[in-house]
Amino acid sequence: MLSLRVPTPTSFRRLHAGRSRLSRDCLFSYSPSFVNRGVRLRVRSTKSEVALTPAEEEEEVTLPEELQPELMPKHVAIIMDGNGRWAKNQGLQPWDGHRAGVEALKEIVELSGRWGIQVLTVFAFSTDNWIRPRIEIDFLFSLFERSLKSEFQNLAKNDVRISIIGDSSKLPKSLLRLINEVEEGTKNNTRLQLIVAVGYSGKYDVLQACRGIAQRVKDGEIDVDEIDEGLIEQELETNCTEFPYPDLLIRTSGELRVSNFLLWQLAYTELFFAQELWPDFGRSGYVEALMSFQQRQRRFGGRKS
Amino acid sequence: MAELAGQIKRMNGGINQLLEQIFGFSRRCLFRVISMGPIPNHLAFIMDGNRRYAKKCGLEEGSGHKAGFSALMLMLQYCYELGIKYVTIYAFSIDNFRRQPEEVQCLMDLMLEKIKSLLEKESIVHQYGIRVYFIGNLALLNDQVRDAAEEVMKATAKNSRVVLLICIAYNSTDEILQAVKKSCINKLDNIEASGSYKHEDSDIEAKDMENQEKKIQLVDIEENMQMSVAPNPDILIRSSGETRLSNFLLWQTGNSQLCSPAALWPEIGLRHLVWAILNFQRSHSYLEKRKKQL
Repeated sequence: MLSLRVPTPTSFRRLHAGRSRLSRDCLFSYSPSFVNRGVRLRVRSTKSEVALTPAEEEEEVTLPEELQPELMPKHVAIIMDGNGRWAKNQGLQPWDGHRAGVEALKEIVELSGRWGIQVLTVFAFSTDNWIRPRIEIDFLFSLFERSLKSEFQNLAKNDVRISIIGDSSKLPKSLLRLINEVEEGTKNNTRLQLIVAVGYSGKYDVLQACRGIAQRVKDGEIDVDEIDEGLIEQELETNCTEFPYPDLLIRTSGELRVSNFLLWQLAYTELFFAQELWPDFGRSGYVEALMSFQQRQRRFGGRKS
Repeated sequence: MAELAGQIKRMNGGINQLLEQIFGFSRRCLFRVISMGPIPNHLAFIMDGNRRYAKKCGLEEGSGHKAGFSALMLMLQYCYELGIKYVTIYAFSIDNFRRQPEEVQCLMDLMLEKIKSLLEKESIVHQYGIRVYFIGNLALLNDQVRDAAEEVMKATAKNSRVVLLICIAYNSTDEILQAVKKSCINKLDNIEASGSYKHEDSDIEAKDMENQEKKIQLVDIEENMQMSVAPNPDILIRSSGETRLSNFLLWQTGNSQLCSPAALWPEIGLRHLVWAILNFQRSHSYLEKRKKQL
């Protein structure tokens, strides 16, 4: 999810060391002054030569002690806001911000898989974002294509299923072909389902569900009186998953809005607004959001006692 | 002795009146200052925390809701003084029917009492010229409450200064569902009325256009929403610190600023409202620019 706003001060040590790498479009960065992070990132690359020590491996696999396994959310949704502002703060171009954003996403996907979250939905590109400059949109789609191609093997290895939701009619054909391939290729994976919302808006989702229902009524398949909330839920694009309703929605960059993301599905979702910009939202931000979620009392309109 | 006590009581009454006038004056000055910046057109409230408040203060069951009602009257007064035209409140959700029958009955009795009081001459409705709408699945309410609600809507239909939307027996998913149903019915009626068409193969463009017209559009759904009588809320305030929408105005709050002060609803006050509006003013110019681009 993209937006441009007044910048807030941030620090991001790993970028400065890895800047030359980002400009060569390399898919991982390494900062010599921040060894632990560097070691973790190296493991994700298939070209890695250095293995983790057993202690570091254990740290990776187990849940942080602040989190309770039985209270982990099944479905987390994220509005990845702040790439543009982050790049501006660093004195870089917007596309550098998006590249850093992809790095941050990879980390969150990995952590979600390890920590037992079953579905992760991310707001990559909204219908409102079509007003962006053409050059930025073209860059975004090519970045998306490159990332999908390079990460495909990794995702298959980590048992991650990818689904794409949104209005795909305006996407480049090569990207559409690749999306179909990746969706087909990962459809049997079960550990984590990553849903990427591209060209998506909550209203559009309800509208296309409504059209689908209208067609079924016209074809005589169902009666108008049979239209209920369950039917709408079946027709929404999130019908690609067993858990269509997020338990937790995280929005980064401090904006206090939902921006037309997953409208119907957010009825009872706990909202968490993080101050950090998306490229800075790493493990610590994620743990903070999950801790906040675990402390909430969810009543769904009823009473606890 | 009794005379002295009487004198003290009168003095206290006088002091209270003076304090009230000073506060009122300061408040109006503050509102003048805030009005230098953009003021939201529509504010929505989720009035959460009444029962917790009663428990916290050691009050009996039901008193929390009464305290909540007083807080609501105060907030409405502030909003309308500030020049906010539309205020929407989440009074009772369809999910709340799942609570204990005694609590539901207590809430229904309170709502009936308060809805009827809106018709009185001294009520806030007449003071500010409020047009009242009751939004929700009114068929789920008992006859008395529903009749009272319809009477109030009829009685205030001519008011146009400010608007109060009371969401009662309401769920956003239910509202969207009803709008979807109506859109489907309307489209089917349109198709039937226009009859079936046979096109030549060469007339593809006309056929495409016709197909497009037959497809349900966003405006079709939106005009069938009960909340279409008001513009989308600029700010949504939920008291008691919970940060979730609880199936309230999901369609309409896509771009609304969300505020969740920690105060329980009966504790909500002027400072929370002012804070929310100042935050709104901070991001307003950016949002206006985005709206124009779209």
